[in-house]
Amino acid sequence: MIHKVITKNEFKKFVDGLIEENQTFGPKQVDKRADGSGIYQFKEVNSYDDMDLDYTVTYSSVKNFFLPFREELSSFDFSDKGWDQTVEYRVNPRVIIGVRPCDINALNILDKILIGGAYPSPYYMARRTNTFLVGMDHEPLDDCFCESLGHDTVHRGFNLFCTDIGDKYYLTISSSKAFGFLKNVKVADPVNGDSVKFHERRKYLRDSFKTKVEVAGLPSVLDIEFKSPVWKKWGDKCLNCGTCAMVCPTCYCYGIEETIDVNLKSSRKERVQYSCNLVDFAEVAGGHNFRPLKEDRLKYRFYHHYRGFAQNADDPICVGCNRCGRACLARINPKDVISDLQMED
Amino acid sequence: MDYRLPKQDINTEPFMRQSPRYNRKDVFMRTDKAYKCEITNIVELTPTEKLFHLKILSDQERRIFEFRPGQFVMLEVPGFGEVPISLSSSSNNSEYVELCVRKSGRTTNMLHRAKTGAKLGIRGPFGTSFPMEKMAGHNILLVAGGLGLAPLRAPINWVSEYRDEYKDVHILYGTKDPDQMLFTYQYEEWQKVDHIKLLTIVEKANKDWNGRTGMITDLFKDIDIKPDDTFAIVCGPPVMFKFVCDHLDGLGIPMNRMFVSLERRMHCGMGKCCRCMVGSTFTCVDGPVFDYWSVLNLKEAI
Repeated sequence: MIHKVITKNEFKKFVDGLIEENQTFGPKQVDKRADGSGIYQFKEVNSYDDMDLDYTVTYSSVKNFFLPFREELSSFDFSDKGWDQTVEYRVNPRVIIGVRPCDINALNILDKILIGGAYPSPYYMARRTNTFLVGMDHEPLDDCFCESLGHDTVHRGFNLFCTDIGDKYYLTISSSKAFGFLKNVKVADPVNGDSVKFHERRKYLRDSFKTKVEVAGLPSVLDIEFKSPVWKKWGDKCLNCGTCAMVCPTCYCYGIEETIDVNLKSSRKERVQYSCNLVDFAEVAGGHNFRPLKEDRLKYRFYHHYRGFAQNADDPICVGCNRCGRACLARINPKDVISDLQMED
Repeated sequence: MDYRLPKQDINTEPFMRQSPRYNRKDVFMRTDKAYKCEITNIVELTPTEKLFHLKILSDQERRIFEFRPGQFVMLEVPGFGEVPISLSSSSNNSEYVELCVRKSGRTTNMLHRAKTGAKLGIRGPFGTSFPMEKMAGHNILLVAGGLGLAPLRAPINWVSEYRDEYKDVHILYGTKDPDQMLFTYQYEEWQKVDHIKLLTIVEKANKDWNGRTGMITDLFKDIDIKPDDTFAIVCGPPVMFKFVCDHLDGLGIPMNRMFVSLERRMHCGMGKCCRCMVGSTFTCVDGPVFDYWSVLNLKEAI
């Protein structure tokens, strides 16, 4: 990793250069909440000024660029002789600017599962290798708890990471591509004063977390409290809408849908993001449902997130962004459920 | 100024971060590509179950395709869907695979309408298998309920091919009613040629049935089990294997010598879609074959 500093003016030039040559996505305000705070999403941008880089967090996570809601896995062409299957997973290179550390950590977790697992996914990998990520740190919202899970900082999984140190950005360069692009603009080696400011910024950000969640020992707590009445209490509130999984940066469960085209000459097989809170998630042929109750499904989601799966070395896959808590229509948020489980009142 | 990102085509790049282990095929990247195969024969077993003989069309793919008893494949019916089906043929049969399919949903209903010569796709094989080599030199108890005989037929085939390596072999098979019995045409062969003792039982007899009536655990009274020298394989609905395994546990068969095959609705077979998750374990990668000790440790398995 190489560290450099860049003035904000030069950084703007750098970003405009990237935008001009590549398809670029950045944070944009799309709407306002009742209290006046902005709702942000990653959208395609045409210039540096298009973006709202001082955004808080986006409503949906950056996951959707790597695991789109609907993605074609293969297609079939039918003829009199039978059928032919075509698999296509090439993607065009793109740039995403202003990704938050928790989102990059979420991608690192997805890498572990979808690239590091027994069967690496070429679909995911094609998107991942063709995406140029520019990360950016931010001041946490009141309900962010990524610091508790150690995901408030990030040191891999991006091409370039910018830490705001006043009138300059402290750059962490972790790819040759980024290093090459930076030759086009003026960057300087960090002097002592820059590093001091960098540490101050880090400390300031770490101290600004207002929400803390105790996650040490959570896997065993979840095992012990498997039959706890807490699940019923929260399960009864759940509406089984699956919103939490859609906005979550690490939820990757999916279903397969096959549709025959109207001309009856071809069909498509698509991967569709699914949520374990949806009622038919664990249904099998013949109609038996292994998780028939709301509380079973809610419990399963928490189990997956905090107990983890073997693929992920039993680490929690939650990064603590609290997107699910903010999006939930029934006001279920992980902090409350976990503190309920740990019997803290 | 040059800011253009190069297009990285991962087809031409090394797939993995770690070097691939060439002795393990499954570490390679898998796309959604299925082996194209043809239905060469259809055997109607019962009104709801059919046995399909599928031959992989490409010679090279047919050579690559190897499986072990207990594993499953994802069977693709193009345009309709993909379903996980356990392999019930002999693992030494490199010519075709046999899949026993019950008519129960959209894809399988369509499959039951297929005729000989139709082209299907299979991906796989996936999952863990029964440790047949480890069982050599011991008695084997094979217990099946209903459709559970389909996955059990692979180890039965294995045992009949390597019959001299095993001591006494029992098959206990129970169904709801006599019409649901699968592979009835093979019972005589298993008993007379392979010297496997087969006991059957039904829950509800009809007028043609002159065998035993009752629950599958009733059959244990008729056979002599040596707990310290017996391996058991149990396939069937969760309720059944719970009763059977508890009974065998009571007899003193160690839990790590009892194997069960769990069933879930997989969508990928590769440990990604999470649809087949039991507690925190993938049925498709860590299963479907588990020893009973692992099953007891899985939350919500039974």
